[in-house]
Amino acid sequence: MSRFEAKLKGRLGNFLVDVSFTIPHTGITALFGPSGCGKTTILRCIAGLTQLEGNLVVDGKSWQDSSNFLPTHRRPIGYVFQDANLFPHLSVRKNLEYGLKRIQIPRKNQLWEEITEMLGLEALLDREPSKLSGGEKQRVAIGRALLSAPEIILMDEPLSALDRFSRMEILPYLQRLHLDLKVPIVYVSHDLHEVEQLADWMILLERGHVIAQGSISSLLANPQLPLVGLPEAAVILEGGMQFFDSTYCLSLIAVNGGFLTLSQDLGVIGSRHRLRILAREVGIAKSWRDGDASFLNVLSAIIMDIQPFGEQQATVFLRLGKKAHGDALLARITRKSCDVLQLKKGDEVKALIKSVGLVSIPTVNQDG
Amino acid sequence: MSELFDAEMWEATKLTLRLAFVTTLLLLILGIPIAWWLARSKSFIKEIIGTFVALPLVLPPTVLGFYLLLLLSPQGNLGSWLSEVFGSPFPFSFKGLVVGSVIYSLPFVVQPIRNSFEAIGDHSLEAAASLRASPFDVFFSIALPLARPGILTGSVLGFAHTVGEFGVILMLGGNIPGETKVLSVAIYDYVESLQWEKAHVLAAGMIGFAFCVILSTTLIERHWRKKSNE
Repeated sequence: MSRFEAKLKGRLGNFLVDVSFTIPHTGITALFGPSGCGKTTILRCIAGLTQLEGNLVVDGKSWQDSSNFLPTHRRPIGYVFQDANLFPHLSVRKNLEYGLKRIQIPRKNQLWEEITEMLGLEALLDREPSKLSGGEKQRVAIGRALLSAPEIILMDEPLSALDRFSRMEILPYLQRLHLDLKVPIVYVSHDLHEVEQLADWMILLERGHVIAQGSISSLLANPQLPLVGLPEAAVILEGGMQFFDSTYCLSLIAVNGGFLTLSQDLGVIGSRHRLRILAREVGIAKSWRDGDASFLNVLSAIIMDIQPFGEQQATVFLRLGKKAHGDALLARITRKSCDVLQLKKGDEVKALIKSVGLVSIPTVNQDG
Repeated sequence: MSELFDAEMWEATKLTLRLAFVTTLLLLILGIPIAWWLARSKSFIKEIIGTFVALPLVLPPTVLGFYLLLLLSPQGNLGSWLSEVFGSPFPFSFKGLVVGSVIYSLPFVVQPIRNSFEAIGDHSLEAAASLRASPFDVFFSIALPLARPGILTGSVLGFAHTVGEFGVILMLGGNIPGETKVLSVAIYDYVESLQWEKAHVLAAGMIGFAFCVILSTTLIERHWRKKSNE
């Protein structure tokens, strides 16, 4: 299934990079970690812009091993830089054509039409890069990379140089890429929220080492990983639209192990959605009778583990469903509540969810 | 007019312009690759080579002219080989002036172009490489166009510096009308022979020329900068 295998080793500043990871066939893989953990270096190594010792194998073809190193311009990559890096002396059109002119594929016109339409670039074509806003520049940069018909797309924090409004402008395009492209995307970021909105897979890095890799939902809820210790710890759930209650404008979504209610219209029945539930938005009750409180989302769950979080709080690891067969959920409650309720591993409880965030747009199945 | 600007002066002017054009062309052909290498290379030797290129900035032209005269003289190894290949000896010939001028003006061309190349930074070059452009392709499609202001400044400085050259030419070329007698040497001659009026014509003309060159370069650069900032 994985088409991209990497093993890299070398010095980076004052620590050693030693990583080994695979990137799946489709979807967005986030290279996630704190600033300076080596994620950009690793991305640059995949592109051949930086050289560390190691092996890179793509679809059985070697890009790098002990005896050969394919230079950047021979690698079918699309690289989106943090600052767009548009060519200042060329118009938007010429920037977009730069890669397209240098590849040999049939039906270039069709690709041009598709990409410029998808990213809404038609209106920008005759402008100069210096006259674009930050968000527009990044859109052109993404288009330019896609027009070189890459087999893998590498994005180095493409949103981090943008203000909040430009970010909101770009995100939907990235999510659309995710749906429309059959090409894997490697996405470097240190912003967990961004990763939650985009990524399917995650490679977690710390000081030049991979500490975990896997699907984003499994990593977010893994008690062994530092992610659950972040103030904004959350889980990602995927669910299908079941029913729309037009009286109250509520959507019912089926997730693995229960149903969630969202106070917005999510459209077509059967459409898939990505939901985010913050640990601090989840409370726990030992017993529950319908009609006793205002919570809309009350789900049965089993306690899998309890970890202290700071002085006053604890993180409770839950699995939805009475047999713990469903999705994972995190709850952050006070240690006092934990003791008063005498919570322990294996208990069957009710998870009270104050709010469910919708992660923008419908998603495809992860293996789609 | 014909009395003020006689055939001798006209000949010196033509020779000077010819020398300046040939020299500038050679300087660009030589200087751009040198500037690119100096801007991009990470090896230590580049500072040594850079220093050699910059030496004419500091050395008296007579020193340069003296060593070039020795080096190019048909008695020496290089000189005899060169005069065999080119059919005649280099000293006291137009060819000799060209060699001297190229070496003498090289830093004036290399420095601004190197600065321009360095100012491009890695960003655009890496983006081009990621879009399948080979290093050669990157140089011509990205680096050269982006270094345009430096190339303009370099050519103008190289040209103007060659027009105003005196010491190296006198040492290496002497004073042969039509072959090595350029404007600066002609002015010197007129002053020596007390023909001050003729010296005035040429000297004032040179001032006017220098003024026009510097002004127009500044204006072109300003225009380009404005265009790229728009």
